[in-house]
Amino acid sequence: MNPVRKKRMILIGMMVAGVAVAVGFALNAFNQNLMFFYPPSEVLAGAAPKDHPFRIGGLVSNGSVKRIGDGLTVRFDVTDQVKSVAVEYTGILPDLFREGQGIVAHGKLRDDGTFVADEVLAKHDENYMPPEVADSLKTAHEKATGTAVPETAQP
Amino acid sequence: MIPELGQFALILALVLALVQSIFPLVGSLNRTPSWVALARPAAWGQFVFLAIAFAVLTHAFLVDDFSVVYVAQHGNTQLPTIYKFSAVWGAHEGSLLLWVLILGTWTVAVSLFGRHLPDVVLARVLSVMGMISIGFLSFLLFTSNPFERVFPAPLEGGDLNPLLQDFGLAIHPPMLYMGYVGLSVAFAFAISALMGGKLDAAWARWSRPWTLIAWVFLTIGIVLGSWWAYYELGWGGWWFWDPVENASFMPWLAATALIHSLAVTEKRGAFKRWTVLLALTAFSLSLLGTFLVRSGVLTSVHSFAADPARGLFILIFLFIVVGGSLVLYAVRAPDITRGGGFGMLSRESFLLGNNLLLLITTAFVLLGTLAPLLYDAMGWGKISVGFPWFNSMFVIFTPLLVILMGIGPLTRWKQHDPKMLGRTLRWAFVISVVAGIVAALPMLTDSLSAGFAIALSLWLTTTLLLTLQQRFRNKSGFAAIWRDMNGQGGRAYYGMWLAHLGIAVFIIGVTFVTQFDIEKDVRMSPGQEIELSGYVFRFDGTKVHQGPNYRSDLGTVHVSKNGRDVAVLHPEKRTYLVQTMPMTEAGIDAGFTRDIYVSLGEPVGGGDWALRLYYKPFVRWIWLGGLMIAAGGLLAASDKRYRMRLLALDSRTAAASAGKLSTEGRA
Repeated sequence: MNPVRKKRMILIGMMVAGVAVAVGFALNAFNQNLMFFYPPSEVLAGAAPKDHPFRIGGLVSNGSVKRIGDGLTVRFDVTDQVKSVAVEYTGILPDLFREGQGIVAHGKLRDDGTFVADEVLAKHDENYMPPEVADSLKTAHEKATGTAVPETAQP
Repeated sequence: MIPELGQFALILALVLALVQSIFPLVGSLNRTPSWVALARPAAWGQFVFLAIAFAVLTHAFLVDDFSVVYVAQHGNTQLPTIYKFSAVWGAHEGSLLLWVLILGTWTVAVSLFGRHLPDVVLARVLSVMGMISIGFLSFLLFTSNPFERVFPAPLEGGDLNPLLQDFGLAIHPPMLYMGYVGLSVAFAFAISALMGGKLDAAWARWSRPWTLIAWVFLTIGIVLGSWWAYYELGWGGWWFWDPVENASFMPWLAATALIHSLAVTEKRGAFKRWTVLLALTAFSLSLLGTFLVRSGVLTSVHSFAADPARGLFILIFLFIVVGGSLVLYAVRAPDITRGGGFGMLSRESFLLGNNLLLLITTAFVLLGTLAPLLYDAMGWGKISVGFPWFNSMFVIFTPLLVILMGIGPLTRWKQHDPKMLGRTLRWAFVISVVAGIVAALPMLTDSLSAGFAIALSLWLTTTLLLTLQQRFRNKSGFAAIWRDMNGQGGRAYYGMWLAHLGIAVFIIGVTFVTQFDIEKDVRMSPGQEIELSGYVFRFDGTKVHQGPNYRSDLGTVHVSKNGRDVAVLHPEKRTYLVQTMPMTEAGIDAGFTRDIYVSLGEPVGGGDWALRLYYKPFVRWIWLGGLMIAAGGLLAASDKRYRMRLLALDSRTAAASAGKLSTEGRA
């Protein structure tokens, strides 16, 4: 091996080692930051983690939105039209949050089965349905009725 | 009748794109000058027809022609005129039309400013751009026709999404697209060089200014998007790691790597294969971005209710472009000669490090963006990748990049003496480390992150000052600086200087706003006062306000500090009348070292409102840094050596073909 090539190999070796360590850290962090999505039926079936944050999504049940305490905390039900889970959120809701709208909330389950959200997302297009929510509504409906919903019936 | 003209113009543009992509390429291979010569007129013709189509759609919006489905969906008689213009690209079909129009503009620009290029090279570049145009024009015509009609025409249109009725967002897409599409020029140059088998310094010098300008537009587009998200979405954030933001950020990272690697290829003839691969990557990533935005496969604030056929079309197009260019690369790469060698401590090494880090970052952003798709496709569950992960990744890689960024410009090409480098750097090192430690002390910021950020910023600043010192060792006086600036390589250097300083400013902004911002959600009654970070906020209630196409609750918040008035803010809760969509307009008092930001939540009874109050230190520095980066790029692109080549070669070609070119004018 000539000296120039040797030097270059050392350089590359050092870079690869440095990069490998950094990549290791990043991938490890990646696994810890994965956030799973569960529709209400699965949450009630006990599929969702008890002590780890996750996302829940569905439609906001009609007539379920209530302000409690000083008015900053909101309680509502999220449903996949089969089962529903109560969600509590303290703070300001997004503009497009309203009853009947598809939302995704991020947070943790409390012992009493209430989902305590630290973030609620409603999308910026009123016709838009988050794909996860659209999917979970479809599967929930299929399970409930035993029939597949034609694509066109989806909002 | 007029909308049909638009459609007709689009079809003609597609036909010309076919001509532009087939004849010049074939002509360049079998040496038929008349076929090669078709490239330019075809490109011009295509551009003219695209411009007509665009003008027709704009006209339809201005006269509220609701017989056009697209206008009926996104236009409205009450829409203010300026937003009738921006509504043209406010949704899927129109934004694609804008995309191809911009592609046409870049093509024409290349044909104008590239007159000094050898005919065959220019023909191939234009031909590749024609192929891209074919892809997008057929996408437009076959899946997303903006001129589709509906009879009977509705009496009123569905209105533009209120979020888009904003100046920042009116110009955000054109800027971003200029960047995305501009990368196609670098791509076309790379492909044509691969076809010709001639990858040399000349190729790098030709594509460098184009890449720089595309990158500048991309930077501005991203900065505008971030700024818009901050003041318009009403939650005070400036970057959300949203898939669509990532989609614009990945090409930016790759293009940043590309402009640095092009420098090595031009100056030293090294990194040739790598540079070509980067050019292919950057454009492929911008196509991927289009796919992600337009197909609706990802959950994102930008996703529109999408048609799966469209997603499939772009996916196939993406495979053809990526697959085709990689095959060409695989065939040609072995022929590419090796460039000049370099030592371990040399500017090349640092630029290599820069490229490596930027590409790793790109790969991770890609992983985080596509992982949800992968998990879903594999049936592993539905996931999203947390915001903190992206952040922590940047906290790992950016400091490394910044350390290299400080040393790189101080080193020589090929080989640098380690002892000398140590001597040059010691004061910069001492100053930044000491300042960082002092800043982190409890009586100052009491934050390790802030100290670290200050150390990094000072490291960049001091090393940049050192490069200035090196540059002026033998010069003095204002006149010398001015001469230096306008000499060869002068603006490239000052551009680098400004852009790197922009990074230093950006780091301070990001760190300070994430470490020290204060946010409070409160319930306030009219007259009530709340204190936040030394500022006293007094809520003076809301009143109903009537806008041109919306009604709003206009709040008044009085802000004071130590008894002195600071600002009166008017956060607003608008309801747009057509889409009955509520919108929060934040009240912001912008300042150089801090923003005060108030947004209205919802009424909670008895005249009380839920309000969100923010104190955001140094948040402006984020966009200021971004704009400095863009300005630096622009300065570098205007460097004399690109213009010199133009002038020198222009006079030669002009002499050779006197009169023939003069009719085409000189831009």
